Amino acid sequence: MTGIDAPVAQDHLARLHADLVARAARDEVLDVAYRTIDGPLGPLLLAATRAGLVRVAFESQGHDQVLTDLAARISPRVLAAPARLDAVARQLDEYFDGRRRAFDVPVDLQLVGGFRRTVVEHLRDIGYGHTASYAAMAAVAGSPRAVRAVGTACALNPVPVVLPCHRVVRSDGSAGQYAGGAEAKRLLLALEARVGDAA
Amino acid sequence: MDEPFEQVVQRHGATVLRVCRAVLGPADADDAWSETFLSALRAWPSLDPAANVQAWLVTIAHRKSIDVLRAAQRRAVPVAELPDAAVTPVGRDLDLWSALARLPDKQRHAVALHHLGGLPYDEVAAALGGTAAAARRAGADGIATLRRTYGTTIDGGDR
Repeated sequence: MTGIDAPVAQDHLARLHADLVARAARDEVLDVAYRTIDGPLGPLLLAATRAGLVRVAFESQGHDQVLTDLAARISPRVLAAPARLDAVARQLDEYFDGRRRAFDVPVDLQLVGGFRRTVVEHLRDIGYGHTASYAAMAAVAGSPRAVRAVGTACALNPVPVVLPCHRVVRSDGSAGQYAGGAEAKRLLLALEARVGDAA
Repeated sequence: MDEPFEQVVQRHGATVLRVCRAVLGPADADDAWSETFLSALRAWPSLDPAANVQAWLVTIAHRKSIDVLRAAQRRAVPVAELPDAAVTPVGRDLDLWSALARLPDKQRHAVALHHLGGLPYDEVAAALGGTAAAARRAGADGIATLRRTYGTTIDGGDR
């Protein structure tokens, strides 16, 4: 027998959710949209404001924790809303497939300020398949002695992969630390070396 | 509140839909659901962190359901023949919705708010007017009628 408090069909709720997302976006009350994608680095969380891509996070960083952090720092008007992330999701797929060398999506760097922001903005200067040392990045960012601060800035890069902090390596050529783990960094560098050589 | 709103939709989406359906029937409930969460999304950043989120949502859902009901009544014009589309595709639940629809408004709303929305009777009274004791009677009478006419499995006791 069916009760009036019987379960609601999940696919019905999914349709209502999609409609809510569309209306929230139209009314400009969707402050942070997010989705996850799968790739060789495991699930990646992608989040965007109306200004652009604001966060890329690895599973090891705790996607729930990252969303909680975005809600506190940007706005709690956060919804799972894949459409806003379609372009970056497609470009990341192409990148992981070796079919793309640069990302063409707006990026919102509101989560990072000061010297760290200067460093993160200069990450784009390191071309596909190339690397730069932490010391070289410190010089480019205008503070040659701030090598350790460059390391911190890279570790806290809010949009890894898209802004390529994985291309910043130790002066001795070894890969060094990475927010997604040292293995992920070696994987990205190997991908870019392979695709770069094949070209 | 600084919790991501998505978690609110996931946690309370089904409850809000049940409340809207009980007040409106299944055909118009989706509109009220969307209006409820859109309105809640706007207000979410300024909601007191100590607030009872489900009670807050259920109260909004009730208000939005009444708005949808009134809008539908304003639109309603007599027609010679009812179009087929007026029959909602919920098959086995049709008896339930018609049983709910036949309840007096106050009983139907009390059942929606208390038994489906989980609102305590003093808050049901605040939403419907009247005393908590009257709201409790309306809810109990509504459940008794549903048991008789439909045989609903819902727990009619106080919670």
